[in-house]
Amino acid sequence: MAFKHIGKNFTPPDVRAKVTGKAKYAEDFRAEGMLFIKLLASPMPHAIVRNLDASEALKMDGVVGILTADDVPNIPEPQMPILTNHPKYVGDPILAIAATSEQIASDALEKVVIEYEPRPFVIDPLVSLFPGGPDVHDSGNVALFRGKAETIKWTARDFAAAAENELPRGKPQGEWEHGDVDEGFANAALVLDETFVVAGHPHQSMEPRSAFAYWENGKCYLHASSQSHTFNVPDYAKYCGVETEDLILIAEFCGGGFGSKGTAYPIATIPAHMSKKVGRPCMMRITRAEEYFLGSRRNGFQGNVKLGFSEEGRLIAADLYVVQQGGANDSFPDYANAGEALSLVYTPEAMRWKGIPIATNTPPTGAQRGPGQNQLACVMEPLMDKAAKTLGVDRLAIRELNAPDSNTTFGGRRSTLSSAYLKEAMRNGAERFNWEEKKKQSGQRNGSKVVGIGVGQAFHPGGSSGFDGLLRIAPDGKVHIHTGVGNLGTYSYASTSRVSAEVLGCSWENCVIERGDSRRHLPWNLGQFGSNTSYTMTRTNYAGAMDAKMKLLEIAAMDMGGTADDYDVGDDKVFFKADPSKNLTFAQAAQRAIELGGKYSGEEMNEDMHSITKASVKALAGTGLIGAAKDNHPSKGLPPALATTFIKIELDVETGKYEILEYVGTADCGTVVHPQGLEHQIRGGGVMGIGMAGLERIVYDPQNGLPANIGFHQAKPPSYLDVPPEMDVGYVDKPDPTNPVGARGIGEPLMGCAASALISAISDALGGVYFNRTPVVPDMIINALADRPQSYKTLQVSNQ
Amino acid sequence: MANDTHQDANANTGQPPVFEEARDPVTRRAFIKSVIATGAVASTGGIMLVSLSGCSDDATPAAGSVERLVNLNINGKSRPVDVLPNETLAMTLRYKLGLTGTKLACDRGECGACTVLVDDVTHNSCSTLTHSVRGRAVTTIEGLEQPDGTLHPVQQAMIDELGPQCGFCTPGQVMSGVALLKNNPNPSREEARQGLAGNLCRCGAYDHYLNSIMRAARVS
Repeated sequence: MAFKHIGKNFTPPDVRAKVTGKAKYAEDFRAEGMLFIKLLASPMPHAIVRNLDASEALKMDGVVGILTADDVPNIPEPQMPILTNHPKYVGDPILAIAATSEQIASDALEKVVIEYEPRPFVIDPLVSLFPGGPDVHDSGNVALFRGKAETIKWTARDFAAAAENELPRGKPQGEWEHGDVDEGFANAALVLDETFVVAGHPHQSMEPRSAFAYWENGKCYLHASSQSHTFNVPDYAKYCGVETEDLILIAEFCGGGFGSKGTAYPIATIPAHMSKKVGRPCMMRITRAEEYFLGSRRNGFQGNVKLGFSEEGRLIAADLYVVQQGGANDSFPDYANAGEALSLVYTPEAMRWKGIPIATNTPPTGAQRGPGQNQLACVMEPLMDKAAKTLGVDRLAIRELNAPDSNTTFGGRRSTLSSAYLKEAMRNGAERFNWEEKKKQSGQRNGSKVVGIGVGQAFHPGGSSGFDGLLRIAPDGKVHIHTGVGNLGTYSYASTSRVSAEVLGCSWENCVIERGDSRRHLPWNLGQFGSNTSYTMTRTNYAGAMDAKMKLLEIAAMDMGGTADDYDVGDDKVFFKADPSKNLTFAQAAQRAIELGGKYSGEEMNEDMHSITKASVKALAGTGLIGAAKDNHPSKGLPPALATTFIKIELDVETGKYEILEYVGTADCGTVVHPQGLEHQIRGGGVMGIGMAGLERIVYDPQNGLPANIGFHQAKPPSYLDVPPEMDVGYVDKPDPTNPVGARGIGEPLMGCAASALISAISDALGGVYFNRTPVVPDMIINALADRPQSYKTLQVSNQ
Repeated sequence: MANDTHQDANANTGQPPVFEEARDPVTRRAFIKSVIATGAVASTGGIMLVSLSGCSDDATPAAGSVERLVNLNINGKSRPVDVLPNETLAMTLRYKLGLTGTKLACDRGECGACTVLVDDVTHNSCSTLTHSVRGRAVTTIEGLEQPDGTLHPVQQAMIDELGPQCGFCTPGQVMSGVALLKNNPNPSREEARQGLAGNLCRCGAYDHYLNSIMRAARVS
């Protein structure tokens, strides 16, 4: 299909504001009489607040109000509370004070006297699973995502059955199996049985989760740092205690989220509650340290994977057990995603998955770019190398042999895919990287430096369906595309809106995107998370635009004779196909739509749309030609986001430091909607992967539960100097049959394949040392080079 | 040397100390230090008491501090403003002068999001006392655009190359790029990389920012 807009670069409408400093993020708003909020956070990893005396604080000049857990809606555990009298991690907010300056609010916190009753706490999930081990929640130690907590303890016998440095395995929370796994292992030419750890690490968005709120005429105006828009409005309304229509979310820009701001988070509503109580606008500026305490991080894994290969390298059996270090809240189901990802990316003929998410007295965890899938990539890719090396098979060949295609089924339910071109992506990358030549360089010495060559692959689901598209052609002919997806910074809110221009055959200059503020009448859209936007939003915009197009054709037929089929759209007009000189401009058609009323101007609408979309259509009714429809386009199978990375490093055997000399990232994401945006994702995902592989992890003091990394220099996001100065990108650009423009999502796996490719390259440079631990930090490399034992125990988490 | 544009501690080492350390694991000593730091503050009852000032819309001074009226030269204009002794330039700009383009992301000189120019040299405004810039020319992101809307070549190149992703670190990246080109109008890519090395970007847009700087150098 030839496109006018899809697949072309353009200048997204928000980029100028970003380079001029005019882009307003949550902490950039001001209001008359604005107060400043500071939070008093728990100094203990687990405690009960027995008594709280803020009387001295409230006497201070400039202190205006206090908010405690008793003033805000109770969100039942294991979900995150707004404020709490049962703090479950160091940094859990107990109360908030509002004052005329931050300094006064901070000083006032020092005058609050709190009596804590310390409770036993747990950092290592295995400690909680041990008989009699501490539970984070009153209702148990296993906290299900958006669900309840339950108690699962393993028996002392379960623990005793595990050998030293082997994962004990008791009752899981979830499990599935397909095929005959035990027979597979019996027939395997090679069986790897490996214990692994993947450390959790913070999201580290550049913008901390500051929030600002005020009330006017019964409505709550909330400025939050949010990846998503409409999708988060109902939850924010619930946390604020108002009806959905009374919550105005303003979130035009979001300074990075990576999953941590994808859905509504309760603490963002603290300024709203405070503002309601004291009657003044409230700003809650979250500091970097606070962001590490109460922000979000990726779940950590302790696990075991057993893999059975045929002589050729085909994976015939796999058995995965994941214990998830889930933080003090209901953790995202990374542990389950990992099982699904193993099944999809490596297509084992038989597989068993078991997993259990354990709550720990550590800061809340949340979905982070490739939640579960990317940890799995870091576990599996080095083991694919190990298998290839043991069996004498090429490392690329073993991956191709096991890679999925469009007919692959996966997981316990044997789900299907819409299409999959991972092999093509791998070949594209191998060609760009020149794999055949590069692999010969593996192990080459140059003074104290040795070359390592690595390859990685990863997956994430890449789209959803069933949301609403909405646009309005105004009487001046401008096409206003309403999008409620949010603005994470990927520009996909804009590139997917271009589908509307594509369908309507109009120029992009004639289009205006309406977004970022609930008052702009936004439709019900999925959030900007889960690599879904390119797929989901092209579908919803297609639905809305097709509805508008039909109305244009019908109006033209009404006014100029014939039937709708006799007309088409192009050049900002609807015209008679046999004689294009017979036409209506969009402006004329929109004016006719207003005269006609009914469905044409939004007075009537499809019943199957979400109530939020309907309210928006109602508000716009009579102001132009309204295109509004739910995405009912057929779908079949899961649209996957698939990616590969190739990396060449030079590792200094004297210092353990390495430099990444070459990076090639390739994506299989269907039709490329926006090349520049995609290239940003491939490179940016690569940068985050470099951090995940070698730099980032959370460290806690096991004696006191204190997090040790509460600044960038301790938590180590990669800088310019940690990444290659140039990063090459490639893509398959093969359309997905279930999307009207062929698009699929991509953002998340790009991090996992880069992380795993770097680990693979490090192992390669070391001549085949497989750490089974992510990140691989320099002391691990030095110990490996010196043939010394590592400084950690195999299953040790979060304290090295 | 491009790095000389950074007049903070980072400049002398050729690489910001944060990243020297970033290559290493948390050493026992660093770990203990950080625990002690956290623990010490924790014992006061609230662990997040970072010393802040200046972000008041109200004349109530914090105990023991008095605001003084000073004239600052911001983006070529004289701006009278009441300043506390311990007030940082970032806070003055953001909360007293309405210049919110300068971002606070770490508030301790680790990330460069708050980069401004003082007499054409990059400074982390979160770690610069406002009183220290009296009589000096401060340029912020808002001061680059010409009155007719013409952007600085670095800004324009960032649009053409689609430099930013989320945009939060962008003003700092732009300011470091502007300072670099003032000092070295034709940097090599490696010099540009060194020149911007004090500016973190979590989206990982580094390659795109470098492309933008190189384009700006070509056209200006």
